[in-house]
Amino acid sequence: MVKLLSSQVSQARFSFHGGIHPPENKSTTRDRPIQALPLMARYILPLHMHIGAPARAVVGVGQRVKKGQVLAQATDFISASIHAPTSGVISAITEHAIAHPGGLSALAIILDADGEDSAFEPMPRWPNFTAQTPTELRGRLREAGIVGLGGAVFPTAAKLATGSIAPVHTLILNGAECEPYITCDDRLMRERPDEIVQGAAIVLHMMGASRCLIGIEDNKPEAIAVLMAASDADARFETIAVPTRYPAGGEKQLIKVLTNVEVPRGRRATEYGLLCLNVATVAAIYRAVVLGQPMTDRIVTVTGAGIVQPENFRVPLGTKISDVIAAAGGYTAGTDRLIMGGPMMGFALHQDDVPIVKATNCLLALRPQDRPIEPAPQPCIRCSLCAEACPADLLPQQLYWYARAKQFDRTVEYHLFDCIECGVCSAVCPSHLPLVDYYRFAKTQIWAQERDQSKASMARTRFEFRNERLERIKAEREAALNKKRQNLATNTAAIEAGDAAMARTVAESNDAFGTYQPEAMGQAALALGDVAPVILDSAVDAARARAKARRAQLDADRAEKEQSPAEQSKNNVI
Amino acid sequence: MKFPTQTAPLPEAQNSVRRVMLIVLLALLPGTLVAIALLGWGVLINVMLAIIAGLLSEALMLKIRARPVRPAVFDGSVIVLAWIFALCLPNLGPWWLPVFGAIFAVVVAKQLYGGLGFNLFNPAMVGYVVLLISFPEPMTRWGPAIDVGGNALNFMQSLAWSFNGVLPSGVGYDGLSVATPLDHVREQITAGATIHNVTASLFHTGHVLQSWNVWLGLAFLAGGLLMLWRGVIRWHIPVAVITGVLVMSGFLWLLDSAKHASPLFHLLTGATIFGAFFVATDPVTASTTPRGRLIFGFGIGVLTVLIRSFGSYPDGVAFAVLLMNLCVPLIDYYTQPKVFGHKRGNVKQGGLN
Repeated sequence: MVKLLSSQVSQARFSFHGGIHPPENKSTTRDRPIQALPLMARYILPLHMHIGAPARAVVGVGQRVKKGQVLAQATDFISASIHAPTSGVISAITEHAIAHPGGLSALAIILDADGEDSAFEPMPRWPNFTAQTPTELRGRLREAGIVGLGGAVFPTAAKLATGSIAPVHTLILNGAECEPYITCDDRLMRERPDEIVQGAAIVLHMMGASRCLIGIEDNKPEAIAVLMAASDADARFETIAVPTRYPAGGEKQLIKVLTNVEVPRGRRATEYGLLCLNVATVAAIYRAVVLGQPMTDRIVTVTGAGIVQPENFRVPLGTKISDVIAAAGGYTAGTDRLIMGGPMMGFALHQDDVPIVKATNCLLALRPQDRPIEPAPQPCIRCSLCAEACPADLLPQQLYWYARAKQFDRTVEYHLFDCIECGVCSAVCPSHLPLVDYYRFAKTQIWAQERDQSKASMARTRFEFRNERLERIKAEREAALNKKRQNLATNTAAIEAGDAAMARTVAESNDAFGTYQPEAMGQAALALGDVAPVILDSAVDAARARAKARRAQLDADRAEKEQSPAEQSKNNVI
Repeated sequence: MKFPTQTAPLPEAQNSVRRVMLIVLLALLPGTLVAIALLGWGVLINVMLAIIAGLLSEALMLKIRARPVRPAVFDGSVIVLAWIFALCLPNLGPWWLPVFGAIFAVVVAKQLYGGLGFNLFNPAMVGYVVLLISFPEPMTRWGPAIDVGGNALNFMQSLAWSFNGVLPSGVGYDGLSVATPLDHVREQITAGATIHNVTASLFHTGHVLQSWNVWLGLAFLAGGLLMLWRGVIRWHIPVAVITGVLVMSGFLWLLDSAKHASPLFHLLTGATIFGAFFVATDPVTASTTPRGRLIFGFGIGVLTVLIRSFGSYPDGVAFAVLLMNLCVPLIDYYTQPKVFGHKRGNVKQGGLN
């Protein structure tokens, strides 16, 4: 194998710290060509299979759709459209179980296939893509629902739009595929190198970049040779063999190995003039631009000793995982673990009645005998093998110590958030500690604390604002009252002096003040009450006289009624 | 179909505490065998007694602390601790030295701190220092396997000596015991001799002790290299300890070569090599960062020579290790490696052309 790598192959000149050599287990599927799957009866398309905002369904239940038709539209700058993987009828738009570490459900479009697989009118083909502007091409990628297929599923159109931050001079194609077991990128590189090279050429054109480095781990000599040959004619391309060491395929690690640039946390590679895309992503870009095909399928490695016939499949998105496993001959007896992704960074699925999504690069089924019995964790002996293996140059043993003690502020001091959760530390730990779990725990706790803190500070701001408002109203009321009292004092003095005209003037001025400040008006009216008896004495006397007369009348009436016994008894009954 | 789940990563375990400890034990073998050959069966008796006492007290403490006993007893860490501790003991000492020391090391220095991984001080050195301070006289009972009269104790005779203090007829204790080179130098210097005469008498006359430490040191060096090769220890600490010893003793020697022994003498006598490879490298109590390990090791080397030269004890490795153990949290805090992407000189345009 290594002999295939002739001396003319460029070798990576740089290196990253740490890393490990887990058992590769790639030989099971590395020579299994990519196969198409038969048409299934039903496809489940979650509206959120990418980073960013979920897509919004643009089809209704009962609607007939064709292959490639938009089912759900991107709703935001960072969002991706979803297309029908085949023709059929939308039978429901409902919650359905999805591939999720927590076994959650999510809103999904259920498509019942009609078996005809008839295609929607395609987007225009642009074989001469250099005639299109970068903006037009980005629009096409957005229209085609292209997302990064290396695992992050970030909408590619949005990623390429960051070119305005700094001019991108180098495109890096990630063909490292460093996770054990997975061979989907390897097969794609070996079978469709032209799609990759053309897709990369489209991106070079879009970004105005001048060179393209293709990084491939040296355990894939065929892929290296094939891509070298495919890009031979184009001087901008350089295929580079990267030493096989997990996680060489991490974006930042690969960038370091190929260019010696370390992209710190919180920074984008584009700020350094670099853009990194997975080989499968650029192949999808080629298909979208040159062939006018939206992203409706992806390559999935189905492997592990829990699978009867491990294969690489081109799987339509939305295909149920159980259907894919069945196409690979089903499970072998005793299979008790199904993992989406690789063993290092993937996650175990609760069930297989969930759809393949844009992020699904591998299905790994294992039996108990294929992995060691989970040894009980033992105390950390501070051997710091983890620190030697950490590709982010962290001190995992210190992070573990503080995460365990729930001293989260110290974990932040020890750069917890630079951890990429690659799992290397757990893999080398002689005490078999689930280190990554501790870091995830610490991260979620810190996030929760931050949320609580921001909520609390919001509540505090609201409370302080309310207090301030109440104080202001109180002060205004106080001012109004004071003014009122002043006026009243003047008023009383005037009345005492028997100057009625003066009193009326003051009352009018109070009214005027009242209309100016509604809240103060009530106070003013109340204050007026004190004045009223003085002014309205005669009216009160008149009312009293009227009331006296009415009461006398009522008494007279009652005396009349008491004389009738019938009326008396009636009253008693009542 | 439904499956139980488990969080990633799901790697195959390739290493274990047990494997680490087994390699350390393997690395201790050459030195121990040389020690037995040179110093007699007393060494083996010490090792066995310490291991038995250590294992029993570990099991008892775990039981009291309601912790699983089995994994801790069988991970080999207690055996390593007891073994290293026992190798520090005088070969002609009484049986209760290794027993008491091992119990103290395991119970106080290890379990009371929370067991494996939680102790601040190197338990083997704590056990040794406690004996050195509490029982100074029995701790000086060193002697060669073969005495000046050509007598040697066999295994049963050694046992009888260790437990009952009984020597076979015709063998006197004074004939067996002898000052260690460091003791010898200290006594002679105090008596007014110059270092040249003293060391010359050690290396060039027919002195029985002349080659003790050299052979022992070489055997422990072989074990240390084995641990390095198998990735159980890193080079930083041993190299830094030895550098510290050479630098400090070299400095003193250049100041006054009549009063101070040569760097080579310091390197080859006492517990320098044993300490550099087996004691200072205890992962739990040593620094964990690459730069921190260099500082930690260098500090041990310097302190060892200072204690040897100016302290009241002949050898200083144990005290030096314990003193540097104290500094580990501080050292670790200030020597954190630069995290990916935060290194100085991380140029924006690296590796072009």
